[in-house]
Formats: sequence, C-alpha cells, structure tokens
Amino acid sequence: MDIRPEKTAIEVHNLTASYNRKPVLWDIDFSLPQGQLIGIVGPNGSGKTTLLRNMMGLMEPDSGYVNMFGKKLDEVRERVSYVPQRETVDWDFPANVMDVVLMGCYRKSNLFKRLTKKDRDIATEALEKVNMLPYANRQISQLSGGQQQRVFIARSLAQQADLYLMDEPFVGVDAATEESILNLLSEMKKEGKTVVIVHHDLQTAYEYFDWIVLLNTRLVASGPKSEVFDTDLLQEAYGGRLTVLSRIGDLMAKKNFPVRESEFKEKEGPGDERAS
Amino acid sequence: MNELLEFLSFSNPNVRVVTFGTMYIGMSAAMVGSFAFLRKRSLIGDAIAHAILPGIAISFMLTQSKSPYILMFGALVSGWAAMLLIEAITKHSKLKPDTAIGLVLSVFFGVGILLLTHIQHSGAGNQAGLDQFLFGKAASMTQDDLIAYSVVAAILLITVFLLFKEFKLLSFNAEFAQISGLPVRSLQFVLSSITVLAIATGIQAVGVVLMAALIITPAAAARSWTENLVKLLFIAGFAGMLSGFVGSYISFTAPNMPTGPWIVMSLSAIAVISLVFAPKRGLWSKMKRQRENREKILTENILKAIYHLSERRATDFPVIDEEDLMEVRRFPEDELRKGLRLLKKRFLILRQAEGFRLSEEGLTEAKRVVRLHRLWEMYLTQRMRLKADHIHPNAETIEHIINPEIEEELLRELGYPDKDPHESPIPYK
Repeated sequence: MDIRPEKTAIEVHNLTASYNRKPVLWDIDFSLPQGQLIGIVGPNGSGKTTLLRNMMGLMEPDSGYVNMFGKKLDEVRERVSYVPQRETVDWDFPANVMDVVLMGCYRKSNLFKRLTKKDRDIATEALEKVNMLPYANRQISQLSGGQQQRVFIARSLAQQADLYLMDEPFVGVDAATEESILNLLSEMKKEGKTVVIVHHDLQTAYEYFDWIVLLNTRLVASGPKSEVFDTDLLQEAYGGRLTVLSRIGDLMAKKNFPVRESEFKEKEGPGDERAS
Repeated sequence: MNELLEFLSFSNPNVRVVTFGTMYIGMSAAMVGSFAFLRKRSLIGDAIAHAILPGIAISFMLTQSKSPYILMFGALVSGWAAMLLIEAITKHSKLKPDTAIGLVLSVFFGVGILLLTHIQHSGAGNQAGLDQFLFGKAASMTQDDLIAYSVVAAILLITVFLLFKEFKLLSFNAEFAQISGLPVRSLQFVLSSITVLAIATGIQAVGVVLMAALIITPAAAARSWTENLVKLLFIAGFAGMLSGFVGSYISFTAPNMPTGPWIVMSLSAIAVISLVFAPKRGLWSKMKRQRENREKILTENILKAIYHLSERRATDFPVIDEEDLMEVRRFPEDELRKGLRLLKKRFLILRQAEGFRLSEEGLTEAKRVVRLHRLWEMYLTQRMRLKADHIHPNAETIEHIINPEIEEELLRELGYPDKDPHESPIPYK
C-alpha cells in the first residue's frame, strides 16, 4: 500500500541503495506529507538508517533520487535538519553543551565568521525547549544517554528548519527524556513542522506518529497510521525478509555485480522527462 | 647558570635561529596535531612524515636546489598524494584504515630512501644535507629556514583562527557539517594541507622518524589538563614550543647532543607528567579517588557494625571495643585499626575508658548508611523483584554510593517504608 499525500514534504523515488555492493534497500518509492509526525518503522536491519542517510545525501544511492519540498536537497538545505544516532560521535570531546548546540548555527554564510549574539539566543531557546538549559555549561562527556540525545535535538532545533529527520531518538533514553521529546514533537507539529523519525518499536509507533512507513529492505506500506496498522501488513514487515530477495542480494555482493545498469539509474529529479 | 644566561641572551645568531625555528615547528605541529588527535587520525601524521621523503628527493633531483620553499613544495605534493591514497584505499578496498596507513607509509618511505641513496651516489656537488630529513638536523638551520618556518607558523595560526569553529565541528561530527551545507571537502582539504605543511617543516628539525611525536604528543598531554578546545590548542602549542626551547638549550649546553631527539624527549617528559599528575584525568587523581572510595567503604562499614551492636544492646551509644566489632563483621585487623583512626580523626567515634562509642554525628552517619542499605534492599525486592535472600551482597556495595538526591528519590518512590524486606526497622534521622 502506498498512499500519496496532498502536500509533499519528501518524495523518495525508486531508491535502491547498497553497502559493499549488497543492496539493503530495493526500489523504495513513497511520498511523505507536510506538517505531520512520521515514523519510519521496521525490524532490525530493515534499512531504516540507510534510508535516512540517503535522504540526507550522506550516501550515494545506486539508483533513484530523493526530493525535499519538490527540490533537490542542496537547494533547500537550510530548511532540512538531521539528528544522527548519538553513538555516531565520541562524547569524550572537549566541548560543553552550549558549544554543541551552537554547531546548529553554523552555515555556509558564516564561514570564517564568529557566532553572533543572535546565534546564542537561538541556541539558548533550543536548549530551553528540551529542558536542558541548566546544563548549558556542562561538559558533554558528563551527560547521560538521554541528555546526549536532547543535546543533539537542541542542536538540530538551532538549525531552524521546516523538516527534521531523526534517527532513533527514543533508543536508550530515560523517561524524562522521552516525555520531553514527545512534548517537543507535538509542539513542533503545532508550528507546522514536519518530523520524520526512524523508530523500531511497533508498540509505541502507533501512539507517537500520524503517518507510518513500514520498511523491511523493501517498502511494505506508507500511509496514515490507521490504514497502515493492519495485521497483514505488519506481519509482512516483521515476518522476516523475503528469502529470494536476500539471496539475490548476497549473490550480487559475492559476484561484485552492478546494482543497476547505467541507463536505469533514474538519478534525475522532477522537471526532467522520464519514463515512469 | 652562565650557560643559561648566555643561551637566553641569544648573542649567538645560530642559537637564535635554532631555538626560534624549533619553537615555531613545535607549535605548528602541536596545533594541527590537536585536530588530528581529536579526529582519531594520529597515525596519519606518521604516514605523511614518511611519505614526504620521496617528494623532497624528487624536487631536489629536478631543480638541484635546496631552497626550503622548493623542497617544501615537493614535500607538500607527495604528502598530499599519500593522504589521498590512504583515503582511496580505505574507500575502494576491503582494507581497514590502519592497514592502508601502514601500506602507504612503508611504500613511500621505501621509494624515498631509494631516491636519496641514488642522489648521494650520483655525486652531485651539493647533495650534502639531504639525509638530514631522515633523522633531522636542527643545528644546521639557516636564517632562510627560520623565515620559512615562521611563515608556515603564521599561515597555520591564521587558518586555524579563521576556521576554528568549522574545524571543531569537523573533528566532532563531520557528517553534521556536511548536512549543514558546509563545504566539507574543501575544509578537509585545508585542514589536511596545513597538516602536511606543518609536517614538512617539522621533519627538518626532528626527522621523519620522530615527527609523529611532535604531532601526537602535545595534544595527548594537553587533553589531560582541559575540557575546552581553545585551551587544549593553547596548551598543546605551548608544550610544543617549550619542548623546542628545552631541546635547543640542551644541545647548546651539551655539545654533540642532537636537538631533535631532545625535543622529543622533553615532549615525552611533558606528556608523562601530564598523564600522571593532571587533575581529574590524571593517573594520580584516579588513584586518589580509588583510595578515597576504599576509605569511605571501610569507615561506613565500621559505623554500620557499631550501629548493629547498638541495635542488639538496645542503646544508642554502647561502649564497644575492637573485639565486639570483629564479632559483627570480620574486618582485616590492620584495616579495622586504620578505619577507627580515620573515624576518630573526624570525631565520628569518641575514645572511652574501655573502648569507644559513637558521637552524635557518628550516630547520624551510621543511621544514614544503615538506612541506605535497607532502602536499597526494599528497592531491589519491590522494583527489581529480587528474592529477599539474594539482595544483601548488592546492597552492601550500593549503600556507599547513593547520594542525597537519589536517597530522596528512593524514599519518594518507596513511600517512606518503616521496615526492610528482612523486617528490620529503617532508621530515620
């Protein structure tokens, strides 16, 4: 099932991506609505993080493309923000909480320049929103897991974007952090922001999100949660991978086979004449 | 003493050149080394230092000139080639970065040695001195060299000053820099270039083999002193300069002592002192913390034992001796005496005609420890559903680490219980 929204925030078109030549995402194709809380849900190893990294341009897909607000990512960078998994950095870095949140204010336009008072105000407000202002001067090496997560979210808020992509923000956090993130999310929704969250827990997914993408190396469903939360679809997503599909993937990696023939890469965005 | 004064007066122009030259080199290497260290690329410095050798040899073969600028240009090119090659190998093969670094280092170095040997046997008139790049020869530094080094140091300082916040983000979370729309590849190019530049100047003083020390050691030492990146850069830079100064001084006072190795020796001394004595992160303070923990556990255990005696005898301040305590808990004898001494010093126990008793504060403290023990046992049975006969060993340790905030939270969560799971009363203040 693939339901198309009225106003599109993200369009993923026929995206195939691989690690070490082994495809982990097969022809993913869906569109996400603006102004909603969206969960990308699937079991471990279903390619959720890979999908997010492809959306953010951190990986080059083998074929297909991603558009944000109908444009290429590079044209709308300042409207898009990203919260990586907190394990992706070394928290024993010589910096305090404020330093990290201020990183959300770095732009191409203030290259070579000092940060301004306005940047500090933005960072302070972002910290306030995740209830971390009292920790502004704390060394990041002394933070708990939940606090680290909130610092990363605050840094993303400081980017003042319209679309936020978060990778597993609820993993390993304490109750206070979870509550603080949930409050923040509903506030962001009120402000008309779009938030896309990679999430592995089916139990809470229905509660947290408006729109759900079910993923298991292929797209199982994308649509409003009431339509997607269907026993058959859930079973399809969580009932293990397709055996033939993963064997094909293994074989491609083993034989060093190209994932796509060059004339079928579909890398071009909208406005181009293309076969559908 | 006179030697030091003579050294400091810099009346000898050669001494002046060498001292300032090595100080500039030490500072430059430490500065870029700090970012390499934070990006966990320390060994790249070593690889580049070795990989620079063929560049120097080739540029000499092509121009027959030993001008520092020409040699530096050759060094820059081959250092860069090595860095790109390491990146490419890591990206396009299944080899891990450490293997790629080792591979590039040895191949480039081998080619470099080959070329140097060829130059030396070709009998070119002015080839003398090229081998100094292997082990470094700071003493032969010229005025021209000094100018070149100060130019490099200035370029480095200005670059780091202008791009400080971007380099910080690049070191902490490069992907976030990329999604922020920063020109990450250009920034990496600049950072790598100044690294190669610093190394290319540095190897003339300490040589290829010791260069890695100049890159890594100052940052590693500085990291133990501070949690602030700006301070880290300053401390590392200062350590680099200091080692240049000390190395030059030693080779000045002790003739035939090479400068380069002494720079590295003094840097190592700074690093060892830092790793051992730095507050918080140093080994010494870690040991001190461990000793304090042991003493806390010991004294609190004795207080608890005394409290158990007071429970048995149904009096708040029983007079007891060491044997009574031994009956409650088998303390090692010298440990017990040490613990009692510590408690007396803090006036938690008072000496009596026969034995000793708790003071008022001692009783409060003893009650606190027993309360925490019993509260934690409640928590273990109620919240973690452990069986009552399994919880004691756990609570024995945890009672010593619970702080007032956690105690408050425990009390609230458990609803101020009167009795622990073994039906012993929980003592309140």
